[in-house]
Amino acid sequence: AMDTDLSSQDRKDLDKFIKFFALKTVQVIVQARLGEKICTRSSSSPTGSDWFNLAIKDIPEVTHEAKKALAGQLPAVGRSMCVEISLKTSEGDSMELEIWCLEMNEKCDKEIKVSYTVYNRLSLLLKSLLAITRVTPAYRLSRKQGHEYVILYRIYFGEVQLSGLGEGFQTVRVGTVGTPVGTITLSCAYRINLAFMSTRQFERTPPIMGIIIDHFVDRPYPSSSPMHPCNYRAGEDNGAVYPSVEDSQEVCTTSFSTSPPSQCVFTVTKAHFQTPPPVVTDTLKVPVMGLAFSHQLSSSRLSYQPAALGVGSADMGYPVLFAGGLNAAHPHQLIGPGKEGGVPPVPSQPAHGTQADQERMCTPLDGVHYSAATPSSSEDTETVSNSSEGKCGSPHDLLETIFVRKVGAFVNKPINQVTMANLDIPFAMFAPKNVELEDNDPMVNPPASPETESPLQGSLHSEGSSGSSTGNTHDDFVMVDFKPAFSKDDILPMDLGTFYREFQNPPQLSSLSIDIGAQSMAEDLDSLPEKLAVHEKNVKEFDAFVETLQ
Amino acid sequence: PPGAAPAMNCRAEVLEVSVEGRQVEEAMLAVLHTVLLHRSTGKFHYKKEGTYSIGTVGTQDVDCDFIDFAYVRVSSEELDRALRKAVGEFKDALRGSGSDGMGQISLEFYQKKKSRWPFSDECIPWELWTIKVNVVNLANEQERQICREKVGEKLCEKIINIVEVMNRHEYLPKMPTQSEVDNVFDTSLKDVQPYLYKISYQITDSLGTSVTTTMRRLIKDTLAL
Repeated sequence: AMDTDLSSQDRKDLDKFIKFFALKTVQVIVQARLGEKICTRSSSSPTGSDWFNLAIKDIPEVTHEAKKALAGQLPAVGRSMCVEISLKTSEGDSMELEIWCLEMNEKCDKEIKVSYTVYNRLSLLLKSLLAITRVTPAYRLSRKQGHEYVILYRIYFGEVQLSGLGEGFQTVRVGTVGTPVGTITLSCAYRINLAFMSTRQFERTPPIMGIIIDHFVDRPYPSSSPMHPCNYRAGEDNGAVYPSVEDSQEVCTTSFSTSPPSQCVFTVTKAHFQTPPPVVTDTLKVPVMGLAFSHQLSSSRLSYQPAALGVGSADMGYPVLFAGGLNAAHPHQLIGPGKEGGVPPVPSQPAHGTQADQERMCTPLDGVHYSAATPSSSEDTETVSNSSEGKCGSPHDLLETIFVRKVGAFVNKPINQVTMANLDIPFAMFAPKNVELEDNDPMVNPPASPETESPLQGSLHSEGSSGSSTGNTHDDFVMVDFKPAFSKDDILPMDLGTFYREFQNPPQLSSLSIDIGAQSMAEDLDSLPEKLAVHEKNVKEFDAFVETLQ
Repeated sequence: PPGAAPAMNCRAEVLEVSVEGRQVEEAMLAVLHTVLLHRSTGKFHYKKEGTYSIGTVGTQDVDCDFIDFAYVRVSSEELDRALRKAVGEFKDALRGSGSDGMGQISLEFYQKKKSRWPFSDECIPWELWTIKVNVVNLANEQERQICREKVGEKLCEKIINIVEVMNRHEYLPKMPTQSEVDNVFDTSLKDVQPYLYKISYQITDSLGTSVTTTMRRLIKDTLAL
């Protein structure tokens, strides 16, 4: 595109507008997927720092990630900025939900005034983005996250890749703004095949496979109430400024006070996952999850490396609930962002993985909204922090960083039972199954059902019936002897299991057996002429009857 | 004047929704707030030499109680109050006697054109949004639950429609000088500045047909089959 007509000042302004527009776009999208309601204040006096006259907060590491992805470039033809939103379940399955694309095409509008019209239209486009981010299916999913899945984001720059969205994905256009150097377009491609990911699915109890029932911890709260995102309380921020990400060495030593209860905490570590799992206290109603991600960003597609292998470079989806600065070298827990005003800094602390520390971090403090990063030791970047002095004292296994939750849905497996950790398979770390355990799990290998003497047994299993299922009733189906709820019946002195076995093989209905069937059909045919004759005799009666119906 | 035909250059958009009685307010607020989000700026502060600076517009999420839906509105309590008042009146009128549950609420953006005495100022509309509402009555809880979801989906479509219109970048009043600003914008709010707007509504009158007549007709129709 010829930009000789564009003054250099205009060109500079335009580039700046586009750059900040891209950064604000990312903020709006990511913030809309945090799972909580966003609220910013209007201000009648211009503050000078609110781009496009809109109060859109800047979550520092989101800006950081966006800048890294852009690497000093601007969206141009063939070079689009994409924000990918995906969902990851507690079992490790992940699925792309949306790709938001900020693209540039060649259609130029030479006449348009940069500093005025383009700026205002970009502002309008951001408002449209605010509105549209609430109406795609991923919004409702993200509002319900935390229980069995989380929402992640990933920013990349380059060619748009929509193949991960499944068949039949839909596109919604947010808007376009013409500029002298090209037309900016903002759109969203979203998956519609969410059938098996409906939010209802995540309200059911987790699967029983692989979990031993008696390992369930007592739930302090009834499981039927769904998690609700909490509303922001209008609180006072200390007005402190979050340290910029460039000061990354200091970032990880800050810890913040907690988030409102419904937010998830992530532990991000580099390689060895010796951080203790975050522990949920009674005051926290949500599962606290630890997830391990490799930190190195590259422009390649998201590829998952099991952390046990020492973590190759891959860009990973970042849990959207991060607030603290992300430093590749140090593990820290990050919780969702709070209100405007930034995160108050917390005094740096030595690394302690103790339960007490984590409980402290998880309980709300007055007036403060951001939650903390784990203080970690400032020592060398390659090893994991010393915070493994936590609960168990021994290096925690990978699975310790999976969804550990005191409220009971997921089992908190003792370390020595974990065997999947070293398997070189994707998502191994999220696999809740445990090979050893399965052998002892009565749900998987039920014990042989006992022989029972029942007076009904003989008559039910009639030898004469053809077509009944053959053989030993015990072979087809092995019932675990357990006491299901409501199965006790005062009338019949037997339990559900026994009942089932008793009545498992009833004899065939006589009408279904072939000879009897054939017999009755022949009879029917013979009797037809007779029946017809009777009806014909009564035809007048029938006609009169029909008359009354009209 | 109410009921006047829109002037030339006034674009008109019509949206239709079918909702349950208790959903009327939230559905109307969702649409009106979404339009006003796009049609409000920060407060203007005029400086010397005809330049001005613009204040900052904050936004907030609103969850609906009776609809599976959430929307974004401008953070302005005054604006929210004004819309709630209008929508509340509309809802009451819909419920009132003589209504068969159909009506429409309109949001009109206009410019004032000052006239010389003795003529009063003209209001020239430049954009008119009309939301046609059909109130349905549901029989049981299951239907209500389905309605929650369905209306939520419909509202998502409406938001997308609104955004499409906004993106056309069609006529907008010129940015006014300080002396003209009140002819273009509503400067009475303390934190934001929407374009001058007015809200009106009409209830479709069933012209006095009584309930019993309707019932009789229904029964006859069924029997005629």
